[in-house]
Amino acid sequence: MVEHVGSTNPECVLDIRGLTKSFGTNVVLDGVSLTVERGKTVCLLGPSGSGKSTLLRCVNFLEKPDQGSIYLSGRRIGMREGGVIPMSTSELAQARARIGMVFQHFNLWPHLTVLQNLIEAPIHVQRRSRDEVVAEAEMLLERVGLTDKKDVFPNRLSGGQKQRVGIARALAMKPELLLFDEPTSALDPELVGEVVAVMKTLAEGGSTMLVVTHEMGFARETANEVVLMDGGRVVEKGQPSEFFTNPKTDRARQFLQRYVSA
Amino acid sequence: MTRDFGVVWEHADRLVEGLLNTIILTLVGASLALLIGSLVAILLMSSSRPVRLISQGIVDLMRCIPFLMLAYLAYYGLPSLGLNLDNWTAGLFAIVVYNTAYMAEIMRSIWIGLGRESIEAATAFGFRGPRLYTRIIFPQIFLAASPMIGNQLIQIIKDTAFLTIIAVPELTHAASSIQSQYFVPFAAFIAAVLIYWALCMLVEAGVFVVERLAEVRR
Repeated sequence: MVEHVGSTNPECVLDIRGLTKSFGTNVVLDGVSLTVERGKTVCLLGPSGSGKSTLLRCVNFLEKPDQGSIYLSGRRIGMREGGVIPMSTSELAQARARIGMVFQHFNLWPHLTVLQNLIEAPIHVQRRSRDEVVAEAEMLLERVGLTDKKDVFPNRLSGGQKQRVGIARALAMKPELLLFDEPTSALDPELVGEVVAVMKTLAEGGSTMLVVTHEMGFARETANEVVLMDGGRVVEKGQPSEFFTNPKTDRARQFLQRYVSA
Repeated sequence: MTRDFGVVWEHADRLVEGLLNTIILTLVGASLALLIGSLVAILLMSSSRPVRLISQGIVDLMRCIPFLMLAYLAYYGLPSLGLNLDNWTAGLFAIVVYNTAYMAEIMRSIWIGLGRESIEAATAFGFRGPRLYTRIIFPQIFLAASPMIGNQLIQIIKDTAFLTIIAVPELTHAASSIQSQYFVPFAAFIAAVLIYWALCMLVEAGVFVVERLAEVRR
């Protein structure tokens, strides 16, 4: 097999090829391929246990895939060019810093204020100047509507506010790609809207996003492409207008029925 | 009796000198124990099983040696190995070795309960190695561990009293020398007890402050 050097498409920010991952005998990813182009939002849908979160976590090597390759803007992630030698921890850390991640349970740093959460990694990982980073962080907090909370510690925030901080924290890294791992699943229903609203402005503002979600409304209105996963495989992908009104596979129809009736 | 306390008061400078040594021994000993204990805690939490087992074995051994025995070993035993420490350094050495094991255990117990979320986020954002420890993990551990570290600090203050047996001029040693010289044991020792008590109250106050800081940072 010929090892591709990145993607031939320069607009391709994320290129996942033939990814497999097993936990023991449990096959979680069974040859998944997927691309996300610059400025596009791709939503990963599927029942729980279908492998979507694992796929997301493989992108920045929080989980190490067994086989397959991942390219970020044409550069291999996790393995050195050639795909035989794994990246050193320092190379991996540098690669991870190019990808922003938003977690289901927010995963904010509790010992730091909201502003400190935003500037921590840009200053101490990316080694950018503090003044520049603080100014940008303040703008980001304004964008997510949390300027008045900048000196507050995370445990004083509501879930929706925490997640908006989580998003701003990811943006502060100026990432090439944003990963969202079920960003609204841990929220009370009345708080989902404020987070989805922020994600919509990001998508419309040209961020490149890969989103694992159960928010069908968001996927339908905002995604450029939806990808349905089941049993560790991609079973259908397409434009949301097609996918939601005229799914091609039985599996997609079943999945949608459950969500429409629920 | 009042006269006895008067005698002690006349020699208060010796108590103060002893107190200063107690404070310095405690602060330096605790700081070093905390620092080395943090490094040992990293070994205790290592992903490598042999590293974990060996470090745990050493920590358990240290915790099982009576402190007095460590002080004797440091002062009388080490010269046999060609290492001659003066009383003060030998005392400090014993404090650091003994308490490093306790501090490491304290930090490990907090670390386990820390939850992987904030560490996972740090990893995803490119933190690794020393910066992961100094920026993300240990600040959280120190905040959460402050009551236990304070407790250990009080333990260290009291343990320094043992060092009188290797003639370290700390507070107990000072009180003891005043009482033996002027035959005022009750007054001299009560004075020392009160000073120890005041010192521990100071530690408690410090813990209280840190705990309030920690409360909003959970």
